[in-house]
Amino acid sequence: MVEVKNLSKSFEGRMVLHDIDAVFETGKTNLIIGRSGSGKTVLLKNIIGLMRPDTGEILYDGRELIGMNKKELNVLRREMGMLFQGSALFDSMTVLENVMFPLNMFSNDSYKEREKRAMFCLDRVNLLDAEHLYPSEISGGMMKRAAIARAISLNPKYLFCDEPNSGLDPKTSLIIDELIHSITKDYKMTTIINTHDMNSVINIGENIVFIKEGIKEWQGDNHQVMTAKNQALNDFIFASDLFRKIKAVENQPEEG
Amino acid sequence: MNESLHRLGEYTLLMKKAISIPDRWGMFFRQLIKEIYKLGFDSLWIVIIISVFIGTVIAIQISLNITSPMIPTFTIGYMTREIILLEFSSSIMCLILAGKVGSNIASEIGTMRVTEQIDAMEIMGVNSSNFLILPKLVGLMSFIPVLVVFSMFTGIMGGVFASHLGDGGVMSPTAFEYGLQVWFNPFYVWYSIIKSVVYAFIIASISSYFGYYVKGGALEVGKASTNAVVMSSIMILLADVIMTHLMLT
Repeated sequence: MVEVKNLSKSFEGRMVLHDIDAVFETGKTNLIIGRSGSGKTVLLKNIIGLMRPDTGEILYDGRELIGMNKKELNVLRREMGMLFQGSALFDSMTVLENVMFPLNMFSNDSYKEREKRAMFCLDRVNLLDAEHLYPSEISGGMMKRAAIARAISLNPKYLFCDEPNSGLDPKTSLIIDELIHSITKDYKMTTIINTHDMNSVINIGENIVFIKEGIKEWQGDNHQVMTAKNQALNDFIFASDLFRKIKAVENQPEEG
Repeated sequence: MNESLHRLGEYTLLMKKAISIPDRWGMFFRQLIKEIYKLGFDSLWIVIIISVFIGTVIAIQISLNITSPMIPTFTIGYMTREIILLEFSSSIMCLILAGKVGSNIASEIGTMRVTEQIDAMEIMGVNSSNFLILPKLVGLMSFIPVLVVFSMFTGIMGGVFASHLGDGGVMSPTAFEYGLQVWFNPFYVWYSIIKSVVYAFIIASISSYFGYYVKGGALEVGKASTNAVVMSSIMILLADVIMTHLMLT
């Protein structure tokens, strides 16, 4: 479980996050949603320690991130997996080498064992046939899957995904969502996904935190989101005509 | 002034972080071999080509400008050797390498920064500066002296070639070869090699710094690459003055 308590962050006097409180539960796909510029990426970067909040606490199963020394932070980092928006695969390495990278850096297993583990992770994301290709030789969806394989290679307790569906077609987005969801369940991870993809919200949003202009406006799940009364949330979720129609159907009283 | 001090502090802290014991020696040596091949070995041909041509041109230019019968003809070989050993193969060659290698380092690390590859390493708990910069520093500092020795040899060979181009008038091969050997001071070779090690550090560290702290996108990576070459070149020239003063006067 990851807890955020009274977290605030500002840049050059401009408040970007204001007193955020949120709980991200273990074994669930936790979503941070909000419009572009609402502060969700800053929140995620604070949670993973790439930025330091002005005030507040971030607790990883009770362990406070901010006060950690270098050694404790390194231990925690090895429990984290991260899927970046642009995949962030290392250009100079093949897909297999990318997945093996965390293992090469931190595992004391033999080369054969590390390779076996990497192949298992590639198999898990259905990417065995691309092991010897370079990131520039594979599609955006395959890059995301390779990045997921790399993120889970050290069997992390916490998985972070920054807009995993950006730049992907709806079908590939669905595959990536399902993959993240099933991996979360299989390995009982605490997964936090930063997204503004409404399909993800409806499909895998087990715990959703809605941010508007740096303030947490609403928290709930994908069922509650359909009936929520929060105006800002409704404006955001049901901005498209399609989702307004879905909501109308969902809210119709059942016949018979 | 504040900006300069800030940058100097940032550079110092980055080097402190980069120059530390690697997390995994195996990974370090693999990276080191890659860097030596990519940054050093791949520069061998450009070093040889430039050195041969410049060596040839230096010899021709000196022969054209020595018209006084009071100056012995072996002076052409002697001066060609001194120019190549003292300045060309170390300082001028490293200025050229700052352009080739420095821009390569800055753009590679800069691209890794803007595509979040460095963030990915940090999230994994990898000391990204140590993993990326240390092999480049060690690789360049160990291979640039090799390139400098190649440059000395091929530059002098270019001069020898020029001596064979003439009609046996002012510049004869025999006088040129005598000039190459006369008043030879072996320390000048070491002086050049020592200078090249310092230049290698300047090129690798400054270029890495500019790449590592890129913010923005492709345009900023390009700017960082240009700034890295300009700053490395200025620092090489400054270091040249200081080291010449310290080692030769």
